[in-house]
Amino acid sequence: MRAWTLIRFYTVFVYIFMFAPIAVVLILAFNKAEFASFPMTGFSLRWFERLFNDPTIMRAFRTSLTLGLMVSAISTTLGVMASIALVRYEFRGKDLMTTFLISPVLVPETVMAVGLLIFLRYLHMPRSFGLLLLGHSILALPFVVLVVQARLVGIKREYEEAARSLGANPLQTFFSVTLPLLLPAVFAGALFAFTISFDNITATLFWRPSGMETVPTQIFGMLRNSISPEINALGFVMISVTAGVPLLAGGLARYFGRKNRARHPTRSLT
Amino acid sequence: MARVELKGLTKSFGPVKAVQAADIAFEDASFTTLLGPSGCGKTTILRMIAGLEQPTGGDILVGADRVNDVPIHKRNLGIVFQNYALFPHRTIGENIAFGLKYRKVPKSEMAAKVRNALDVVRLPGVEDRYPSQLSGGQQQRIALARAIVIEPDVLLLDEPLSALDANLRESMRVELKAIQHRIGVTSVFVTHDQSEALAMSDRIVVMSAGKVAQIGTPEEVYNRPANEFVADFLGASNIIEGRLQGRADGAVVLQVDAFGAVPVREDRAASVGSGPAAKLMIRAEKLLLTEGPAPEGRIAVKGVVEAVDYQGQLARYFVRVGERTYQAMNMIEGRPFAAGDEVTLSFSPADCAALPAGT
Repeated sequence: MRAWTLIRFYTVFVYIFMFAPIAVVLILAFNKAEFASFPMTGFSLRWFERLFNDPTIMRAFRTSLTLGLMVSAISTTLGVMASIALVRYEFRGKDLMTTFLISPVLVPETVMAVGLLIFLRYLHMPRSFGLLLLGHSILALPFVVLVVQARLVGIKREYEEAARSLGANPLQTFFSVTLPLLLPAVFAGALFAFTISFDNITATLFWRPSGMETVPTQIFGMLRNSISPEINALGFVMISVTAGVPLLAGGLARYFGRKNRARHPTRSLT
Repeated sequence: MARVELKGLTKSFGPVKAVQAADIAFEDASFTTLLGPSGCGKTTILRMIAGLEQPTGGDILVGADRVNDVPIHKRNLGIVFQNYALFPHRTIGENIAFGLKYRKVPKSEMAAKVRNALDVVRLPGVEDRYPSQLSGGQQQRIALARAIVIEPDVLLLDEPLSALDANLRESMRVELKAIQHRIGVTSVFVTHDQSEALAMSDRIVVMSAGKVAQIGTPEEVYNRPANEFVADFLGASNIIEGRLQGRADGAVVLQVDAFGAVPVREDRAASVGSGPAAKLMIRAEKLLLTEGPAPEGRIAVKGVVEAVDYQGQLARYFVRVGERTYQAMNMIEGRPFAAGDEVTLSFSPADCAALPAGT
């Protein structure tokens, strides 16, 4: 009993250690004072106001958002296609292909970043938004593949075979049977991809063309000059996006799941 | 509706020959069962007819057309799978209407056809439910409705009853046969269950290790097995080595050590060949145990009951005669025999069949 109490304390302590710094950022975003200090001197939204009126930050935010959405679209499409090939078909070099697709998770990001950069320099291609898009998509692809593959394995082939036997061609079968059953995983994969791109800093520092900033590189740049409370406000917005979007999506999924389950008791959503 | 014919159909998976040169004809509107143990190639044949597997050799004809290279979605077949394979994200109505969408059936007719199909499988009014809200037996009926609503040329049934529990299986088996008979669709049924095959089929194709072992009516494969495998797979039999002695007034005489000369009716010895080695088959239910002497006209030997497998109205006895143990299934009248009882074991030569040796 005493041992359990200790473990409980220890767990709580670890969580505090992990989350306290984030809490500090979130709280200080509303601090009135010019410099980060505790206790807070007063409540204010002026850092947010300054944030939204700062054209460079807003530009970085738009870049990150565009980049994230495009990465999400590209890597989800490719990831679903790759998963179907890997799960539903037999071909030579399948294991190698799997390893290859998953490898960006295993290779240190810096190594990946430098590698891609050298490769493109060799091809005489300058750093560009396109390169950033390509790079982020490569980074996000393994996560999509892993999530989608896991669900696809659980979708019985007979569904597709039944659809084919009833007259649907392979493409119609994919859109009317496979994709709807796969949708929760596709959705999760797309969210993963967006978050990975939106959060990324290491590789982005290598790949971005000069003059282009994403939110993380912008923060990184600002930190080199001073620790402005504006950064806390920006941090607050970033956390809201990266944590809020999946939470919201999860909540929506559960909501629709429940609505569905009311008609349809034993089917689970994921 | 159409006749289906397989000509020298062969399928290899790498070095494994799953199906070897199968020649089978499925007559129009007939119910044919592919029967055999798992791994005998019966499902592979079904999947090749369906277009889900590409044959390594041979032809598949539906009507007069060779369909080897026709993709599955253009073959107009109904398939019922063992695990139903109803689309879980669609209602029963949408499931059944699925095939109609690709056949350009007008919306107005569609609802009527779906309703009609549900009537055929005796589940009216469940259009708006989801598959998971129905029981296994109901789901399998919906799967059948989905397969027949498109009026397929051939209905393929891949162990459709195996996932159901015993009682349901028996009633579904009667119903399935009745529906098939009513709509008159050429049906190919795959099962490993011999009683299902015997009860439902017009013809049975018994398969063993990728080869067709025998094709015939249920009565033929049961009473006149072509070889030892068929005799053994369908029901419990005693198969005893003997020698072909000759032919005498409509009978083939087999010399068996334990029983002497046994005259087997010629029509039940068609596959025996010229010998001299041959085998005698006696069904377990045709071996009679008696306490006293055997009834007139039967071949009888004395034996000792070794073990009893009590089954309610029936008992399966293992009876030792000399070096061999025989299986006998008898109705229990009064009290079953007990292990250790001395009994007379007897059979009528008319109930025997002769098999070629070495099969």
